[in-house]
Amino acid sequence: MAGRGVARGGAQRLGGRPASRTLKIAAIGSAAGFFSGLFGVGGGSVMVPLLVLWLAYDERAATGTSLAAIVFIAVFAASTQALYGNVRVLDALLVGLPAVAGVVFGTWLQQRIHARAIPLLFSLVLVASAVELVLR
Amino acid sequence: MSGGAIAVGLAGGVVAGLLGVGGGVLFVPALVFFVGLGQHQAEATSLLAIVPVALAGTYRQDRYGNVRRRDALLLGALSLAGAATGVALANALSGAALRDCFAAFMVLVAAQLARRTLAHGG
Repeated sequence: MAGRGVARGGAQRLGGRPASRTLKIAAIGSAAGFFSGLFGVGGGSVMVPLLVLWLAYDERAATGTSLAAIVFIAVFAASTQALYGNVRVLDALLVGLPAVAGVVFGTWLQQRIHARAIPLLFSLVLVASAVELVLR
Repeated sequence: MSGGAIAVGLAGGVVAGLLGVGGGVLFVPALVFFVGLGQHQAEATSLLAIVPVALAGTYRQDRYGNVRRRDALLLGALSLAGAATGVALANALSGAALRDCFAAFMVLVAAQLARRTLAHGG
């Protein structure tokens, strides 16, 4: 699918930038924004696979570019949520500040390892948390 | 219980840096379980918590040459209408309905991540 997208994009190049590519970025951005606003997430889980699948990004460029886009998405979505009075600033700091240390370490680690066990383990944690969230 | 929130923040950051996924999807349940927020407050607060994480992650990833800046700007700019729609829809739903949708989303993220790992892991 990625290969077909690249070939088609190359054929429809407009002013140095394939129109179909911009449309794909618009679709990816809109989907990421929607899930971010609806679920309070960054939207990386939507953007990363679509950047890989539709725009032939490699995994690292997809995660890096996705994180940069999330800065804009999260600022805007958090501001919109603040208008509804839902944002707890102190609690955000409680989780967000340690996470800054975590992301610096995680990014460093990403350049060095390719362990399949980590995403698989994380998947299990997510499923367990989902069950706990609904049943508790 | 603050210790739990801090630990999950740390873990969420590591996973976000490592997988490009997983800040918010961990922050929301953490804020519900450890801080006792409702689903709407947890989601809104998670969004704010994501901002410094994404900033730090972007700074690091940019230094590794992994950020395609033009695409990132375009993605950000073109996400705003979707984000406004998502926030409005979240606030139109009840806490219980939103929580159940969120749980389903978590399972989808998990399935997708597992599939991606098994497909690319070789």
